[in-house]
Amino acid sequence: MAPDDTRGPDDEPVAPARFVRPYTITAGRTKAAVDLPMEATLRIQPHDASADADLGAGAQRVLDLCDQRSVAEVSALASMPIGVVRVLLGDLVQQGLVRVQATITESSSQDERIELIERTLRGLRSY
Amino acid sequence: MDFAPTSAPRKAASTKIVIAGGFGVGKTTLVGSVSEIVPLRTEALVTNESEGVDDLAAVPTKATTTVAMDFGRLTLAEDLVLYLFGTPGQRRFWFMWDDLCRGAIGAIVMVDTARLDESFSPLDYFESKGLPFIVAVNQFDGTREYDLDEVAAALALPPEVPIIRVDARDRESAKQALVRVTEYALLRLTQSLTVNAN
Repeated sequence: MAPDDTRGPDDEPVAPARFVRPYTITAGRTKAAVDLPMEATLRIQPHDASADADLGAGAQRVLDLCDQRSVAEVSALASMPIGVVRVLLGDLVQQGLVRVQATITESSSQDERIELIERTLRGLRSY
Repeated sequence: MDFAPTSAPRKAASTKIVIAGGFGVGKTTLVGSVSEIVPLRTEALVTNESEGVDDLAAVPTKATTTVAMDFGRLTLAEDLVLYLFGTPGQRRFWFMWDDLCRGAIGAIVMVDTARLDESFSPLDYFESKGLPFIVAVNQFDGTREYDLDEVAAALALPPEVPIIRVDARDRESAKQALVRVTEYALLRLTQSLTVNAN
């Protein structure tokens, strides 16, 4: 992308290249500890309120937003890039504060795929 | 990856369909007409070399820019949510499509008959990845109605790929497009089972 290219996905103007470092919030880490597809939904796990006390502001914000929402929704609502949200959510999962609900992955069986698509079709037809 | 999800079979709680196509073809309009929420926007960071987010750590001083994606949400059942992701069409964003398409049911490639060439890139991509896709020609008042066979021929679509008309502003029409791609994905899966069984 040329430095003067300030077009977004739909050729809408986007903010010019920025020099802030969003990964500061993750202490420079860009890889999440767990697999977090964009559409995967999260559930807060019952936990002692004292566990929240050690969380950074970014992690706390993500924790507050994530219940019954997807990784993409948390990113949008927290105004954080998807990669940053993944790192923070990955930490929360490892700390046992958040659980990732199932999605179809490369390792899903044919039966699991068919079951999901059939449920989706039923849902869409009556939507 | 060290983390392994629990091995017991788990029913998927969410899934996604990808909406692709060129600028202004109506991706976000379609998402918005069926979504239960006003479409949200998420961003991924890209270096100016489009190396992808993972390379940022290696080049911390490099200027970054963002790629935005609009998405919507449909609660289909108590235990199932469908997300619709509108994706930037240009080839330079392909690195992000891998992420987007992983685990997707399928894709809808939206086509504007005045700018057919803008759909070549998404078509190539989905074909190469084997992701089931349908083509939806966005048709609204004042646009000339092309014969769908002509459009399919101009796009050199494989004969099995469904092609439909859609009015992205119309909830029912958008919903039908989602039904079609889901039906086609199911057909593809069950056909591959038959082939394997033989």
